[in-house]
Amino acid sequence: MKHTLSVLVENKPGVLTRVAGLFARRGFNIDSLAVAETESHSVSRMTITVDEQDTTVEQVTKQLHKLINVLKITDLDPSGSVERELLLIKVKADASSRSGIMQIVEIFRAKIIDVGPEVLIIEMTGTREKVSALMELLAPFGVVELMRTGRIAMSRGKKAT
Amino acid sequence: MRAANVILEALKREGVDTIFGFPGGVLLPLYDALYDSSIKHILTRHEQGAGHAADGYARASGKVGVCMATSGPGATNLVTPIANAYMDSIPMVAITGQVSRHLIGLDSFQEADVTGITLPIVKHSYLVQDSESLPRIIREAFYIASTGRPGPVVIDIPVDVCKEEMDYDPSAIPAMHLPGYRPNVKGHPKQTKEAARLIGSAQRPVIYAGGGIIMSGAADELRELAIYGHIPVTTTLTGKGGFPEDHALSMGMLGMHGTQYANYAISQADVILAVGVRFDDRVTGNLKTFAPEARFIHIDQDPAEISKNVSVDVPIVGDAKKVLATLLTELKQLDLSPDRHVPWMEQVEAWKQNHPLVIRQSDDGEIMPEAAIAKIYEVTGGDAIACTEVGQHQMWAAQHYLCRRPRQFITSGGLGTMGFGFPAAIGAQVARPDSLVIDIAGDGSFQMTLQELATAVQFDLPVKVCIINNQFLGMVRQWQELFWNKRYSHTCIECQPDFVKLAEAYGAEGYRATKPDELEEVLRTAFASDRPAVIDIRVKREANVFPMIPAGGSVHDMMEREP
Repeated sequence: MKHTLSVLVENKPGVLTRVAGLFARRGFNIDSLAVAETESHSVSRMTITVDEQDTTVEQVTKQLHKLINVLKITDLDPSGSVERELLLIKVKADASSRSGIMQIVEIFRAKIIDVGPEVLIIEMTGTREKVSALMELLAPFGVVELMRTGRIAMSRGKKAT
Repeated sequence: MRAANVILEALKREGVDTIFGFPGGVLLPLYDALYDSSIKHILTRHEQGAGHAADGYARASGKVGVCMATSGPGATNLVTPIANAYMDSIPMVAITGQVSRHLIGLDSFQEADVTGITLPIVKHSYLVQDSESLPRIIREAFYIASTGRPGPVVIDIPVDVCKEEMDYDPSAIPAMHLPGYRPNVKGHPKQTKEAARLIGSAQRPVIYAGGGIIMSGAADELRELAIYGHIPVTTTLTGKGGFPEDHALSMGMLGMHGTQYANYAISQADVILAVGVRFDDRVTGNLKTFAPEARFIHIDQDPAEISKNVSVDVPIVGDAKKVLATLLTELKQLDLSPDRHVPWMEQVEAWKQNHPLVIRQSDDGEIMPEAAIAKIYEVTGGDAIACTEVGQHQMWAAQHYLCRRPRQFITSGGLGTMGFGFPAAIGAQVARPDSLVIDIAGDGSFQMTLQELATAVQFDLPVKVCIINNQFLGMVRQWQELFWNKRYSHTCIECQPDFVKLAEAYGAEGYRATKPDELEEVLRTAFASDRPAVIDIRVKREANVFPMIPAGGSVHDMMEREP
């Protein structure tokens, strides 16, 4: 089962290695990972998605808690949270295909952020499913390159994640 | 003040009186400061020896052990001791020298990424970036190493940091700020009540106690609870001494080479009170068949141990000493009848009578290894601090060297480190100068760290190494005999030094016993001496350790004696 762990850590050198290393040596696989500073300079947030059994996720959570630099871990409930990832995709686009691509971009409320004579770069944020759907629709035009970030997620309601 | 002196001052503030170490290029400033410091430095002959000695010191004293090694190979030689301390949750601070900050990452001479290498085997680690943070880091390191579930902490210090001049005002060290580290000490009151209820209703209760009892200083509480509840107790290898093994309620050690009665009791228990244990595979064997009828209460300091291997019914996260005291109070309120499970106690007693641990006597005039341990036990009155190496002799020692008090049995449990026992005994002797400290060794293990004989002689540490010498790497040979068609691949080590001459060459005393009737006199002479000694005890070469439950097996697979 997919779990999204939102992990607050001290913003210090080596903390990412400690967290990633723990996953590796306990045999847990990371699906996606996003790390950046939070509203406080001294604290970073790691959003880690894993596809593991509930008992495994419980064990990894407990092990993560033992790292001195880990401050807080939330296993986000999908219905009680919103999630986004960012996609950048470079698609082949000549005169004949350009308008078709632009229509799709509009429907998905994505953005064209760079136009070249033979390619377009498109940016989109959305849920994993929506990002995947756009990728599928653009595939027939010829994808030159594709990048997506790890997922970030935030709990709904007035309390902080 | 020079930062190197600040380090030593900060260590003294943490109560450090001894450092086990080995100098090197980047440690020059620190060793220069040590030259006229009140801190005692024990110079070992290999960094591994320093690490294990610090470990043995910690186990014998309950204080944090401190070891020190230079950058690169010095620090990598500490990797095994750090891993060993991590597996057995031993409080240790390892200080390693590092190349100058501007040389880090450039593959400089004697550079190794020590914080990186040790990442999976430390409780926490620091790479010091500036001298100003040293007092804070040292304070945090000792706090982290010694509280909660103890463990090793590495402080990697670049040489140029050590050379800096800085202000040192111990009263101005900022308060510790570790927002991500809050060990839970008191167990949950509701869970403790539930545990008492479960114990009160048990028909076939067993206490399974481990190293956590020793760490937490909970032996008195455990004994009181076991006696009040009339509950038989089995301990793990690292839990030995947590409950007096000569007590009527003791069932000795459980697991692969545990007593038959302990393993039978576990397999038929209906409630198991597990305290400071981690359900290691050497204890449980096949998890599917381990204690099939039992409901588990698990008291542990580390939440991650709860339900890691075995699904637990009543988890209690907290310090064993405090939780057991509360649990006893709760139990007393239930006003239990002392004879509420008479048939169970009779059953346990019957197992003890019918399946005792056997001390075999050889019929061809050879010394049987377990008889040697029994003789060592007899001659020391069971009062020595017994360290061990790893292998057959370790299991015979666990079976036959009964321990009555905590911190009396010092052994590498989790990592199973050959070569641990002798340097650990040196550390234990430093911590307990007035105690008789023995290392029950194998001839294989002893040859891994025997150069520390020089350390023992130099610092007048009268450790007694009792080599149970079968000229084999005996435990591996035993498995080859039992499970690999007696193909003794590379386990025969007949080529070995004359251990008596070797000891003498180092300036220690050397003794040898080859026949049963020589043993007692040799042991008495060696133990009475005030110098370090090596006693080469030649034993029956192909004796095996029994009982034995093969790896991954269950109590039904137990081999009681030689097939």
